Amino acid sequence: MNMQINQFRFWAIGLATSWLALFVLVPSLMVLVTSFLTRDPDFLIRFEFSLDGWRSVFDPSFISLLWDSLSMALITACICLAIAYPFVMCLMSLPSKWRPIILFLLIVPFWTNSLVRIYAIQYLLGKKGLINDAMLGIGLIDKPLDLLYTPFAVIFGLSYILLPFMILPIYSAMEKLDLRLLDAAKDLGANAAQRLWRITLPLTLPGIVAGSLMVILPAMGMFFVADLLGGSKHALLGNVIKNQFIQTRDWPFGAALSVLMIILLSFMLWLYYRATKLSNRQGGINDSDF
Amino acid sequence: MTQTFKFGFIGLVLFYVYSPIFVLMVNSVNGSRYGNKWQGFTFKWYEKLFENDALMQAAWHSLVVGITSATAATVIGTLAAVALQRYRFYGKGAVSSLVFVSMLTPDIVMAIALLILFVTLGIELGYISLLIAHITFCLPFVIISVFSRLKGLDMSVTEAARDLGANEWQVFSKIILPMILPAVASGWLLSFTLSIDDVIVSAFVTGPGYEILPLKVYSMVRVGVSPEVNAISTLLFVGSVVLIVISQLLLRYKRK
Amino acid sequence: MTEYQPLLQLSGVSKTFADNTVLDALDLTIYDGEFLTLLGPSGCGKTTVLRIIAGFEQEDCGSVMLDQQNLAVLKAELRPVNTVFQSYALFPHMTVYENIAFGLKMHKVAKADIKTRVDEALRMVRLDSFAQRKPHQLSGGQQQRVAIARAVVNRPRLLLLDESLSALDYKLRQEMQIELKRLQRQLNITFVYVTHDQEEALSMSDRIVVLNKGKVQQIGTPREIYENPANLFVARFIGEINQFDGHVVRRIDEQHVEVVAEGADWVVKTDHPFVADDKVHVLLRPEDIRLTKSELVLDSVHVEGHIYECSYKGKTLDSYIRLASGTKVIASEFFDEDDPDFDYRLEQKVALQWTTGWEVVLPYEYAN
Repeated sequence: MNMQINQFRFWAIGLATSWLALFVLVPSLMVLVTSFLTRDPDFLIRFEFSLDGWRSVFDPSFISLLWDSLSMALITACICLAIAYPFVMCLMSLPSKWRPIILFLLIVPFWTNSLVRIYAIQYLLGKKGLINDAMLGIGLIDKPLDLLYTPFAVIFGLSYILLPFMILPIYSAMEKLDLRLLDAAKDLGANAAQRLWRITLPLTLPGIVAGSLMVILPAMGMFFVADLLGGSKHALLGNVIKNQFIQTRDWPFGAALSVLMIILLSFMLWLYYRATKLSNRQGGINDSDF
Repeated sequence: MTQTFKFGFIGLVLFYVYSPIFVLMVNSVNGSRYGNKWQGFTFKWYEKLFENDALMQAAWHSLVVGITSATAATVIGTLAAVALQRYRFYGKGAVSSLVFVSMLTPDIVMAIALLILFVTLGIELGYISLLIAHITFCLPFVIISVFSRLKGLDMSVTEAARDLGANEWQVFSKIILPMILPAVASGWLLSFTLSIDDVIVSAFVTGPGYEILPLKVYSMVRVGVSPEVNAISTLLFVGSVVLIVISQLLLRYKRK
Repeated sequence: MTEYQPLLQLSGVSKTFADNTVLDALDLTIYDGEFLTLLGPSGCGKTTVLRIIAGFEQEDCGSVMLDQQNLAVLKAELRPVNTVFQSYALFPHMTVYENIAFGLKMHKVAKADIKTRVDEALRMVRLDSFAQRKPHQLSGGQQQRVAIARAVVNRPRLLLLDESLSALDYKLRQEMQIELKRLQRQLNITFVYVTHDQEEALSMSDRIVVLNKGKVQQIGTPREIYENPANLFVARFIGEINQFDGHVVRRIDEQHVEVVAEGADWVVKTDHPFVADDKVHVLLRPEDIRLTKSELVLDSVHVEGHIYECSYKGKTLDSYIRLASGTKVIASEFFDEDDPDFDYRLEQKVALQWTTGWEVVLPYEYAN
């Protein structure tokens, strides 16, 4: 019987641990190593220390592209937040039996392929698309606007795809909010705006940061959104990385960019940690926010 | 007044979320190739879709990868979640942070990491590499979904089972598994959807010999409008809604 | 209570939640400066009264007047009333100081004044050195005191306390009861305290309002409530009580009637205008019952029973007696170490008596 205990334990622990080690930890270290190797036209990389990959990252022409991608991601996060926060506040004021139904309705479209939905947005934003049609129809504009292949289109697509990743963490933070605290604030003379600013916002900050993390990082990587809605002019970091690996074959540079994204992830996790500290849920990472 | 405003806002967001899908569905039965004007109801895009062998084969490949990777990820992930909940072992903290970080890692980073690994190990890019990659990005979602279900359960029943003479395997299969089955099922469903949906990781780790649906669609829509895509998207959407509704009904039935 | 002026008046206040009538045309006057306790079992509507006064619930009908001002038009945040919540509801992201200063900030009190008043409040609850701690770094009792300081610092006309001590353990609760009394005297603020714990109500209040099913059962000082319960509900809810059912045989004089209960004739004292054949309840507190071993009993009115359980309570010895009729009685006697007779065996026969005038006689309640 003892043997059996050990066997089950062994497999339960061993399988996942080795999987994660082999296919998450080791490859991640390989990315880090690759970013310090030398590019080789024939064999992709040569085992020779080099800072070329990192030098390309800090090249001024590339920095501006990086900045563009980052600012588009930040704007996307702001738009998602501006929709998600009021949405969740409205949702919370509904009877609790309604909330899961509406959340479910919200999530359903996101079970379909994101690529396909981006393709559908092409229809919406095109010169003869629905948005231009509608605006022409009500006389807001007198000739169709160039919506497609602009930064606007990319941001529109990104915020569309990533909206639920902002809504869900905020919803889960809002659900954890002790409503008696709002009664207490009311009792002490705080009006609706003061209650929002001084109680609700600080206490749901971890949700906001978690949501931003889950919007900003993918927003920098979703190359197909930029491809389909931005044309070739408005590339994301993801497009650059993809080019380095598939077309240009500059692996050290691509790897260095990935390391950059990991650094950004760590920074946002640190922000999240600070936010939980501030709202004083004992600090630490709480998987239920994600 | 405020009540109307709230419902209005919620309605607006839902409309925003559904409008692209609605456009796709309408255009899948629209006679017009470019979908700007309504030119009569037609099923011809569906017919074209089923005649398109390459597309159908890619869809078949996606289904195979989706089912196999979701199943493998569910098995490994469920065992891992139980291990994380029940056992103390060396490096447990490291494993749970690895799970957490791998869930948050941007797809594109995971994609190139796996690509580097496959190239280094000399694994040919195709079904096997796709399978490994899909299992890897589904795994944390299964673990977290099952783990949070386990956390909500009263685990003293496992001690009762041990007390009555069950061994670890029996405790798992007879006690724990039935209790967490809803979470396991939803973990599988989530994995399957993630797998079918994935563009970013697959774009890196598959080879020309094994084309899957999202990448095939990607290459089709990049070159221009193709109404077959509307048709297959509509089918995918209807399929996933049916799947979700069935799973929700099953869960509810189970609870009663 | 005559020296107090009415502060808050509830008249005809009703509240229904989805077919469940929580308050039924409640009338209640709260006087300035008193310590009033709303006492009742859970679901009796006591917390709803508090939430209506605070403004978290809107009454369905009736009016709430504070100093002749109708509160219905005032939002919760504008009422000169503060609450100490059952769960304390301290803001977890603010320090103790910020928590206490919150209400003053909301009322736009000058910064310098805030500092003085918060410091004063901290001193009052003896937490001066904890100003910069976060709530989760405090013990339950300390959190409780922060919650009180946070409310009283605003100098409300009325302080509402919602089962505020129920989360504390027994010992701490006793200390906080004394502390609350001290604060109330010191601040001279009207306290309205809600509890289901009758012992707490008896020891702290100037007046107690006993509520059941949304209706006032009795209002009075702790002593009146305990010694002269107005009905069976109050009698049973406050402390333990023995109940004998009987009927009046004849009236003896203005204050006394003769009653037959448990097969004996008793002379009982009552102000109620009972006449012959009225059915009555004769109620006795366990400590008012005198037990004598059957063989020692003198020839006076008594009823016999036998002891079926004894329980030693430290200060007292509680005896459980079954009478010939089957009625069960509890008698509670002070433990006397020097009395050699003071010890009962199980199944021992005892005689049960009491001093005329210690009993309470109530008209028969058919609802039971």
